[in-house]
Amino acid sequence: MKLRSRPVALGLAALAFSALVFGRAQAGGGHYYPPVADPLVKEECGSCHLAFAPAMLPAKSWQRVMNGLKNHFGDDASVDPAQAERIAAYLVANAADTGGRRYGGKLLRGVATADAPLRITELPKWVGEHRNVPDWEWRHKDVNSKANCAACHADAARGYYDE
Amino acid sequence: MNLQTAAIVLSLSLTLATAAAAGPREDQLAQYAAAAKATTPAFAGFSAARGEALHRQKFAGGKPATPSCASCHADDPRSAGRTPAGKTIEPAAVSLSPARYTDAAKVEKWFKRNCNDVLGRECTPLEKGDWLAYVASR
Ligand code: HEC
Ligand code: HEC
Ligand code: HEC
Repeated sequence: MKLRSRPVALGLAALAFSALVFGRAQAGGGHYYPPVADPLVKEECGSCHLAFAPAMLPAKSWQRVMNGLKNHFGDDASVDPAQAERIAAYLVANAADTGGRRYGGKLLRGVATADAPLRITELPKWVGEHRNVPDWEWRHKDVNSKANCAACHADAARGYYDE
Repeated sequence: MNLQTAAIVLSLSLTLATAAAAGPREDQLAQYAAAAKATTPAFAGFSAARGEALHRQKFAGGKPATPSCASCHADDPRSAGRTPAGKTIEPAAVSLSPARYTDAAKVEKWFKRNCNDVLGRECTPLEKGDWLAYVASR
């Protein structure tokens, strides 16, 4: 009993926090970004953080991310070359300006086509959507990082980012 | 069942039993043990107690945000852990996560990443074996 209670408590803390942020229960809606469906990508890109939806960045960005895994935001996220090729192909095929356009195209507003931003959290549209999030919320111990989408968007792993 | 089939069934189950006893986790520990012996002739086996000390020790050589294994894997490996970017990590203890440490490439990949994060260098075969002995004992 005692052994199992910790993960549950963590989950509850996260739920309580998102309830605090949003104040009401949410269901359905238009802010859907198909979650990663490929098991290899889920495994290799979903251990340190949520496996970010490919439709949230343009193809050029994913290529840049994949070419820099050895020093990935200070971490070594490298995988063997055959796996890297498969992961890159999946991300590029489902990116915000390719197969995922109808979900993620809007996130590219304000991003020049030549640009390859490395972060979703630096896209002008993302920054705009989050401009009303107060400082203390970003620093909250259950958040810790802007990339911790699931701390506030309880359904992020399933692709839902409704307000 | 005639004698011949009985003999086949028996030898089959024996093969399975040995396969289970020397699983991938044990194979990898044996490799670490051989490597530890090669560098330290006095090597006398892995120690869960040394592994626990390694797990909890705060090192200065790695990233300030994650000074110890416990920073991400929880003080008690029977608890779930959490990465700095908020991803939950299933307990490191084998008793709760029996599928762990059975894929040698995965184990090596994470030792490399995590030891660099925490100690600022790769772990030695002795450290790896001690840590595995610790989480296997929990
Ligand atoms: C070893 C851990 C680790 C692995 C494995 C990993 N990442 Fe990351 N990733 C990080 C860290 C750390 C950050 C920075 C998080 C922060 O800012 O808090 C990050 C950030 C990111 C970001 C930017 C998030 C933002 O701020 O918008 C993207 C995109 C990303 N990772 C993609 C990937 C992809 C694709 C893979 C798989 C090939 C991957 N990551 C695997 C650790 C990892
Ligand atoms: C600290 C909490 C917090 C974190 C962490 C966070 N968000 Fe948000 N997000 C919000 C809030 C609050 C809103 C609603 C903003 C508004 O309408 O004023 C929002 C809105 C959004 C929207 C627009 C949805 C809508 O209905 O308008 C998207 C898409 C989104 N976030 C994606 C992300 C992604 C992707 C991440 C992680 C990379 C993330 N968020 C991390 C709090 C957060
Ligand atoms: C920055 C966070 C972080 C730190 C610090 C950390 N780990 Fe990990 N570790 C992870 C993640 C994430 C995984 C992969 C996810 C999983 O296996 O559930 C992992 C997996 C592992 C694995 C492979 C697990 C398996 O099932 O095969 C080993 C071995 C490991 N860690 C050992 C260590 C040791 C030893 C230390 C301390 C020197 C340490 N870790 C510190 C985050 C961390």
